[in-house]
Amino acid sequence: MKRKSVVIPGFGLTTGVTLAILSVVVLIPLASLVVFSAQMSASEIIDVITRPRVLSSFKVSFLTAFVASLINAVMGVILAWVLVRYTFPLKRIVDGTIELPFALPTAVAGIALTALTADTGLIGGFFANFGIKIAFTRIGITVALVFIGIPFVVRAVQPVLEKLDPAYEEAAGVLGASRTRIFWKVILPELIPAIFTGFGLAFGRCLGEYGSVVFIAGNMPFETEIAPLIIMSELQEYDYSSATTIALVMLVASFVTLFLVNVVQNRNAKILKGGS
Amino acid sequence: MSAVTQSGLHRDTKGSKLVRYSLIGISLLFVFLMLILPLITVITEAFKQGFAVYSKAVTDDYTIKAILLTLEASFFAVAINTVFGLCAAWSLTKFKFKGKKILATLIDLPVTVSPIIAGLIFLLTFGRQSPIFPLLQDWDIKIVFAVPGIVLATIFVTFPFISRELIPVLESQGTDEEEAAALMGAKGFTIFRRITFPHIKWAFLYGVVLCAARAMGEFGAVSVISGHLRGKTNTLPLHVEILFNEFQYVPAFAVASILVMLAILILVARSVIEHKGRKK
Repeated sequence: MKRKSVVIPGFGLTTGVTLAILSVVVLIPLASLVVFSAQMSASEIIDVITRPRVLSSFKVSFLTAFVASLINAVMGVILAWVLVRYTFPLKRIVDGTIELPFALPTAVAGIALTALTADTGLIGGFFANFGIKIAFTRIGITVALVFIGIPFVVRAVQPVLEKLDPAYEEAAGVLGASRTRIFWKVILPELIPAIFTGFGLAFGRCLGEYGSVVFIAGNMPFETEIAPLIIMSELQEYDYSSATTIALVMLVASFVTLFLVNVVQNRNAKILKGGS
Repeated sequence: MSAVTQSGLHRDTKGSKLVRYSLIGISLLFVFLMLILPLITVITEAFKQGFAVYSKAVTDDYTIKAILLTLEASFFAVAINTVFGLCAAWSLTKFKFKGKKILATLIDLPVTVSPIIAGLIFLLTFGRQSPIFPLLQDWDIKIVFAVPGIVLATIFVTFPFISRELIPVLESQGTDEEEAAALMGAKGFTIFRRITFPHIKWAFLYGVVLCAARAMGEFGAVSVISGHLRGKTNTLPLHVEILFNEFQYVPAFAVASILVMLAILILVARSVIEHKGRKK
């Protein structure tokens, strides 16, 4: 008699195929990054990272990704709120359009946003009247990153808002709290973990983003050069060790971001399970 | 605002109406400016010099070659990730074993890696400075700066897209039905085809659509690994970049408009699949 846990066939086959493909596509390539950087000495690594041009690219990358994700956190909550709580014409289309940054190739988004925000473009021309340049500045990079990051926040906040028990809001209303007060004191605290998750996912994605940024940034050293672009230009000069070093820093940064998101998400899942 | 400070109840409803319309207004404006307007820009720029210029750019030899290569890479990415996704989902949801959590984390890893770094790791694994490079040369296998590299990088960036859709569905479904079927003597593939697959049909299709969308649009990873050989290793997004950097704006946007249409198609397919899946 077989035991209950091994009744279903296919364990060996499916696990084997899973591990084989995982190894070839993910594990071995990622390991080669570790192996390659292990051949470098610590001083070499520090040398590369502390080059002024590299340091300033880190600054540009982190700053623009942070600002863009902040904007997305605010806009994402507004969009999620509008989509869950209100009915209005075109709602289904708006809901579907949120997903566009996932479906549209980043290079296409990049050239379209560049054409729009350049001085000759529709939006760029408008702001040029006030002496504000968007394309080829850090504002331009931020605009591209807002485009890339918006679905992450909306899709993180939307399901939580849908599941929120209206009883608490009604209770607060009966007790005489104003709508603004209900939002800040009752609704927002429930949303905070979801907002943080969306913010973290968007931030992680923005840190590594290349396709949409490379066109709109102008890529001026010390001004609008992002870290992925430095990796790219080191590769074009066949300086693989510098490229790998910078890549390693970015990889660690995105893993740390993801780890924090996971911690918050796990706590959030526990609260949601315990509450229902 | 000054007119709405009479009785408490009155103020409440009036205030909420004002808030409602301004929030809807802000949202519509944001969606229009950030998401719709770029799409319109691609189309208007593409047709700026008339239909003749547009159709010439779209039917150009290099464009056709880029379309074929994009289709090829997307096909392989969907095929490999389908095999992987089905196996991984089956293994992770139907059995209990040590290291399951680590395995699940490793599968999700590729989406957190920057596309540029995704390209870089394949360059390091199969490129000139790799220990296996002499071996590859002996067997005359080209991976870096060739089609296999592009295919590998595309599989990497779309790696968890199908398994990620299947695992939650299978997890909530449990293992009772499969166990019953197995005890009644059904073979593995029969169990999968007759019992498991009907449950995951829509989730699977959804994953395939997401995977295809990302695969055809991948830029950074493919850009690193391709070496930008025109007519040989140029995918559609890379072709757009080359044209744009050569200041051939109208052809660049014309080629981009193909990708826009594919993106809209994918969004429609996505919402249809989601709708059908939900009804079930």
